[in-house]
This record gives sequence, structure tokens and C-alpha cells, in this order.
Amino acid sequence: MHTLPQQLANGLFLGATYGLIAIGYTMVYGIVQLINFAHGEIFMTGGFGALTVYLALPHGTSLWLALPLMLIGGAITAVLIALGAERFAYRPLRTAPRLAPLIAAIGLSLGLQQAVHNLYPKATSPRAFPQMQAGPWNVGSIHIQSGDLFTIVAAPICMIILAVFVQKSRTGRAMQATAQDPDTAQLMGIDTNRIIAAAFAIGALFAAVAAVCYGLRYGEVDYSMGFQAGLKAFTAAVLGGIGNIYGAMLGGLVLGLAEAMATAYISDIPGMHQLGGGSWASVWAFVLLILVLLLRPQGLLGERVADRA
Amino acid sequence: MTTALLEVEDLRVAYGKIEAVKGISFTVAEGSVTTLIGTNGAGKTTTLRTLSGLLRPVGGSIRFDGRTLGSVPAHRIVSLGLAHSPEGRHIFPRMTIEENLLLGAFLRKDQPGITEDIERAYTLFPILGERRKQAAGTLSGGEQQMLAMGRALMSRPKLLMLDEPSMGLSPLMMQKIMATIVELKAAGTTVLLVEQNAQAALSLSDQGYVMQTGRIVLSGTGAALLRDESVRRSYLGED
Repeated sequence: MHTLPQQLANGLFLGATYGLIAIGYTMVYGIVQLINFAHGEIFMTGGFGALTVYLALPHGTSLWLALPLMLIGGAITAVLIALGAERFAYRPLRTAPRLAPLIAAIGLSLGLQQAVHNLYPKATSPRAFPQMQAGPWNVGSIHIQSGDLFTIVAAPICMIILAVFVQKSRTGRAMQATAQDPDTAQLMGIDTNRIIAAAFAIGALFAAVAAVCYGLRYGEVDYSMGFQAGLKAFTAAVLGGIGNIYGAMLGGLVLGLAEAMATAYISDIPGMHQLGGGSWASVWAFVLLILVLLLRPQGLLGERVADRA
Repeated sequence: MTTALLEVEDLRVAYGKIEAVKGISFTVAEGSVTTLIGTNGAGKTTTLRTLSGLLRPVGGSIRFDGRTLGSVPAHRIVSLGLAHSPEGRHIFPRMTIEENLLLGAFLRKDQPGITEDIERAYTLFPILGERRKQAAGTLSGGEQQMLAMGRALMSRPKLLMLDEPSMGLSPLMMQKIMATIVELKAAGTTVLLVEQNAQAALSLSDQGYVMQTGRIVLSGTGAALLRDESVRRSYLGED
């Protein structure tokens, strides 16, 4: 069914997943001005971590029971890999020219893909991800799959926790200070190395939640799933204003909605019949990015760089 | 003879192969105001940044309050009682005045004491108290300087290092800042001051050091340096 409410719902489910991944790009960029191009692969390892936990559980374990354990397993995997990347790949390059950590990130991205491809059992092709034996539900004209239900519950909870954490907690305030002025943050007694590691860890945690959303939605995880998803989430972060956590979530939702709308409706426009459908969704997502950046280079919620006096 | 709170000996600091501080020695007596003067590039800011741990020395020693610094990371220094108000003020622009002050007390746990000290900062600088919820980035240069000083004081430092507190300020604002330094000294805070405004700085200093291209070329009491021929020629604009 291509009803408008259904398309809006699809866009929100997709966008919430993008937004969760985008948090990781935006937090790391906000604090160390690094585009962590390996973040898509950290998302991917979160998916495989969750799958591993599921496979280790006794056969026939209810997914309602398994899901919390899978989330924990995915989160631990993603966080450990992110912390390792920060400690051993990025931190030694912190004072190097900007290009060096960027190249390290790309290398890490390819390395992680190949490591999973070669080392994880039967990961050379997509591996089936468990599905909830519930639903789908119909809410009015909207058809909701069980995986999407998980997304609409998990994403807002994650965002609220993050917002409260950044605004209210001691570590959150230290993060803001480090983002605004790292040297001066140290003069206040803030251990900025620890704060940077925390930003990587939080990003990885959210990526792992997103990976479970992805697995439940598409029914599989794949060693290369981080490439597309990571690129879209990075786009979402830039669209929303990189460095701004609310911007990341908003950017994700806008991007998800734009893709869903374009997929369903572009082909209805006279003369654009062949430009609709799923295969063109990414094209329209990037067209949107270009338009937003032309009109508002700092992104939807981004601050102008001149503020950083 | 008063005891030295800070003793720097043969300190050398380099950026890559270029030595910016080439073996300087000086002391800051407890309860005093001590000033480093000198032109741009003399190594004054480099010296302060090394004392607060943001830069690592390549040689020499720093003794502060009975401890050896030099390899202590920057984020541990403030807890030893050394606070640094950096050149260019470096307040956190997107936080409010109050949030900036609270960050100055980041390592303290005594909530009543922190509240008390915030009020003390507002008494010292009433304008900050009137605007406590305003984003610090929207303040004037002089107000930002007051905030930077207030924030540094929030750690209850034994030694307060002020780097160019008068830079870019109106004469009136500069007087206010200098008067505050005198007040702080009277209240028992030891101050290490770096200034290009030699006249104002030396007239309130117990001890002064003149730096030139990474070396200390002259030292003496503030009053003695103010009378010195070469200081008057080079730093006070007299022929």
C-alpha cells in the first residue's frame, strides 16, 4: 500500500535508524573534528555482536527474552571496537594533520569489513537475523512490522537518555566544554582523553541499538551493511548540523522521510516516471543534502563557525 | 624571607626544533604578585602553558608547593592548586556565565562551598551576577575577562596565573581588572601575571621579570624595574 500515512511511517522508521547511527558521527566530530568513517562498520559489528549472542542462546529462546541480551552483546562488541579504534588508531594521530586520521578511519572501515567477512562463520553472504514472532499490526491505514515497533520504542528512549545525560551529568558538561575548547577544558581539570573515549563509546552504543533495529527490519546482517547505512547516517549528521546531537536525530528523520516520499511519489510527477522507486532513493537523499547545504551550509540545527570565538 | 610557592629552574620549552623558552629560572613568593613582562614572542605565554601542563618542557624543573610538575598532565594540575586564566580569555562561549563558573569548580565536590564561591565571584564582579544566565559568548571583552578570572578562582587556587588580562580592554576596564588583582592579593591569593602593559603590571607587582626571546634578561622588584632605564626605554615607550 502506498498510502501517505504508510509512507510517512516508513520514513520515520528508516530515519530513526539513520538518526541513531548519526549520533556517533556527530558526537565524535563535535569533540575531535574527526569524521569517523569507520563508524558504519562499528554499527555493523554491533549487529554481528547481537547475532552472536542469539546464536549462543539455547535453540528456541523467545526473542522477547533474547532481545535485551542481544542488545547488550551488540553494545559491548561495538563499544570495545570503537574504544580500541580511538585508543590505538586515532589518539596517536591526534596532533597529526587532519588527513592522517581520516585515512586511518577509511583503512579501519575496510579492515573491519574484511575481518568480519573472513573470520565470522559463514559471513561471506548475509546472515539471517532472528525475527519477532508478533505482528504485523494495523494502526488505521498504517501497517507496522514488529521490527519497526522496536525502532519506534528504542530510538526516542535513546535520544531522551542522551539529551539528559549531555545536559545534566558531570560527564555531559565536561563533553560540552571539551567540544567548545579542549585546552581550556583541561585547565578546568577535565581529562579530555577520557571524554573523547566516552564520545566514541556513546556513539558505538547507539550504533549497536541501530544495528538491532536494522537486523529486525531487514531480517539479516551483512559484513557490508555499514557502508550504505553509515553513508546515509553521515549525510543525516551533516544535514542536521554536524556536532549537534539533536541535529543528528532531526537529520535522520528528514532523510528517512525524504527517501520514503521520493520512493513512493517521484514517479507520479509527469516526465519523471523512471526516477522513482527504491533504486533512486539514495539519489534523492543526496539531492536533498545538496539543497540544504546550498541554503544553510551549517545544516538545519548547526551553529555558524563564527560562534567558536 | 618568604617561602617560594613556585620555583622554576632552567626551564626549556620547544615547539619542534624551535626553542621558545631557553632556560629560564624564577620564583614566585607565597602571597606575592609576580609579573613576567616582555614583547610578543618573548615566551611568556609558553611559560604559563608549560606550568599548567598544556606544554611539556624539554628541560629544567618546576617545583610548585613542594611537588615537581613537568610531567603531570594538565587536567591534574588544577587540583594541586594552580589555576590558569589563559591568554584570549577562552571562556566557553555557548555556556552561560554560571555554567562557566561551575566548570571552574569541576573537580570540587563541596556543593555549599561552590555555591558560596559563585556568590563571591558575583560580589567581585557584579555585572556577572546580573547576567548569570546569559551565554558567555555574548559578553564584551572586559566582561569575558572578568568571567575568565572568576572561573579560575572557582578552584580556590593557591596560585592564580593570569595571561594578558588587560589585552584589548578599555582603560577603564583595565583599571578594574588591575584593582581586582590587588584585591585578590590582599585576600591572600598568590598571582603570577603576564602582561604587555608593563606600567600597570609592574606598579602592583612585588617582583618582576623581563623576558626577551626566551630568556629572562632582567629581574627586580616592581618598583625597581619601573625605574630601570632599559625597561623604561623598551617597555614603557620612553626615549
